[in-house]
Amino acid sequence: MATQHARATARLMMAPAVILLLGWMLVPLSMTLYFSFKRYLPLRGGDLGWVGLENYVRFVTSSAFWPSIQATLIVVGGVLLITVVLGVLLALLLNQPIWGQGIVRILVIAPFFVMPTVSALVWKNMFMDPVNGLLAHLWKFFGAEPIVWLSDASLFSIVLIVSWQWLPFATLILLTAMQSLDSEQLEAAEMDGAPPLSRFGYIILPHLARAITVVVLIQTIFLLAIFAEIFVTTGGAFGTRTLTYLIFQRVLESQNIGLGSAGGVYAIILANIVAIFLMRIVGKNLDR
Amino acid sequence: MFAKPLGAATALALLLSSGASAETLTIATVNNGDMIRMQGLTADFTAKTGHEVEWVTLEENVLRQRVTTDITTKGGQFDIMTIGMYETPIWGANGWLVPLDDLSAEYDVDDLLPAMRAGLSYDGTLFAAPFYGESSMIMYRTDLMEKAGLDMPEAPTWQFIRQAAAAMTDRDNEINGICLRGKAGWGEGGAFITVTANSFGARWFDEDWKAQFDQPEWAEALNFFVGMMTESGPPGYATNGFNENLSLFQQGKCGMWIDATVAASFVTNPDDSTVADKVGFALAPNSEGVTKRSNWLWAWALAIPAGTKKEAAAKEFIEWATSNSYIELVASKEGWANVPPGARVSLYENANYKDIPFAKMTLASILAADPTSPTVDPVPYVGIQFVAIPEFAGIATEVSQEFSAVYAGQQSVEEALAKAQALTTDAMEAAGY
Repeated sequence: MATQHARATARLMMAPAVILLLGWMLVPLSMTLYFSFKRYLPLRGGDLGWVGLENYVRFVTSSAFWPSIQATLIVVGGVLLITVVLGVLLALLLNQPIWGQGIVRILVIAPFFVMPTVSALVWKNMFMDPVNGLLAHLWKFFGAEPIVWLSDASLFSIVLIVSWQWLPFATLILLTAMQSLDSEQLEAAEMDGAPPLSRFGYIILPHLARAITVVVLIQTIFLLAIFAEIFVTTGGAFGTRTLTYLIFQRVLESQNIGLGSAGGVYAIILANIVAIFLMRIVGKNLDR
Repeated sequence: MFAKPLGAATALALLLSSGASAETLTIATVNNGDMIRMQGLTADFTAKTGHEVEWVTLEENVLRQRVTTDITTKGGQFDIMTIGMYETPIWGANGWLVPLDDLSAEYDVDDLLPAMRAGLSYDGTLFAAPFYGESSMIMYRTDLMEKAGLDMPEAPTWQFIRQAAAAMTDRDNEINGICLRGKAGWGEGGAFITVTANSFGARWFDEDWKAQFDQPEWAEALNFFVGMMTESGPPGYATNGFNENLSLFQQGKCGMWIDATVAASFVTNPDDSTVADKVGFALAPNSEGVTKRSNWLWAWALAIPAGTKKEAAAKEFIEWATSNSYIELVASKEGWANVPPGARVSLYENANYKDIPFAKMTLASILAADPTSPTVDPVPYVGIQFVAIPEFAGIATEVSQEFSAVYAGQQSVEEALAKAQALTTDAMEAAGY
């Protein structure tokens, strides 16, 4: 009998894990909330008392706020677009039986295991450098003026670097999804005379919908928080200051804990708005 | 039979106990050449005192954030911190550092260069011992200068530099007349544009702490800088900092480079530099008729956070690392060109050091910099390429980001100055000025 007794025991057994998880989330969250209502300047003697909503007002009215929201959305949106589109195409390619399939797949996945700081440095110094970079040499080879990537096309460069990192993840998930597709269905469609594009559009893509939503959701969570790529390449200059980076500047460069915490609360709100939108879209897909 | 090893062990124990108990010091430091060299010589310190040393070596910005966080939260992770001239007076004023007012007689604290000592003191008390000091100066290619038919004076003006840079520039051979810092960050491009502005008669704040970006001197300085770099600078200079310019110069792609005096030993080192034997030096320029030059003054110094339990051992280390005997130790192992410069008067009187090609100009540059009177018009702050108030790092980083956007051609000088004025005023209000 699954009695009250058993249920109580089960709850008791689960309690440590639940408490740990709650603490993990609640302690930092409540501390952020606490600090966001304080004037807290470590270099000026620390806690200087309550200030009500001043930090919140100051953070939003700062000239850097709206550009940072815009930059955040562009980076997240850009990376999602590139990784999903190229991820589907790459997965299609890798799904073909080819010679050396194992090695090719490992190579494709490799960028995911490179640390963000390292990949950003490699891109910055070896590819995008306007004098010594590979891309500069390529441009010069064709007689063109090298592009100064990190200042002239700064946001696009960041999107490119981050996409390079996350493309393997998208490819991997989409590839496994593709492998679960019944090949008889495709053969049947082929025999009925469906051209390749229709087969892709009506059979493969709908089959991938669920995997794509998973990719979008998981990536969004991580992309909202990207930091290393910006820190290493542009240091927040040239309009690449995302909300995360702005908070970092407020807390660590300006040494204003209160203001930064208020920014942290805004970041939570932004993440929730994005999440709700995505969940709506995803929810429809997952229900089917 | 056991007498010998036992005796040796006793002797060792006695040796260790004689110099107080042996401690393990944790030292946070920056990852530049001189500091890494010091780590290689730690064994000498351990042999002399018995104390062990654990190094935490970090990139400049990361170091700054780690030690600032540690000291403000009283984290106590480090027994010695490597900090600069910007942090020392602020932290000293807050009582976060152990005053270094009881250093031994043989350390000879009066031998420290006066500018360095002043910059690392608060209210007359020394709070950090300079490991090395630097100013900025012009490094130029003597061969290209000759080819351009020009002669570099000892103390040139910006107007001459601009003309010389244009004459040296050879775009087809990838030679840029001048390479300067444009990278965002208060310690990178921010520092450089601040000293440039000083030498055009501009200042960050007036005596009432009002931001001065709306003044004509700033517009003049910024317009001059952008104009010169567009004519003769390398492509993408908006992202170039010290390291980027160093490698450009070493590859022979710059005619002139105005930067830290410590760079002189790198560009004249034939192992790393393709132009090692063709480098000349001159004082950092000023605009015609302006009394202040664009020299900055900086020192990396060792300080002890208040509250460490290993204060005595930490002081021993500081005395060891910033002493004359350390300089001699480095000279004996790596040669005189590689000793940490800019901290002590006696180094520049040393006969062995006088032969180093950049020694004279380094000293002249340091002596030309005065942190207590950095600008033409009076200012309420101390510091040349920075303003020694806690808010400065944050403000200057954002201001330099606006300027870098100008360098990249994304906004006009006027727009950037208006934004800089607004955000500085805003931040100063938030700080309660």
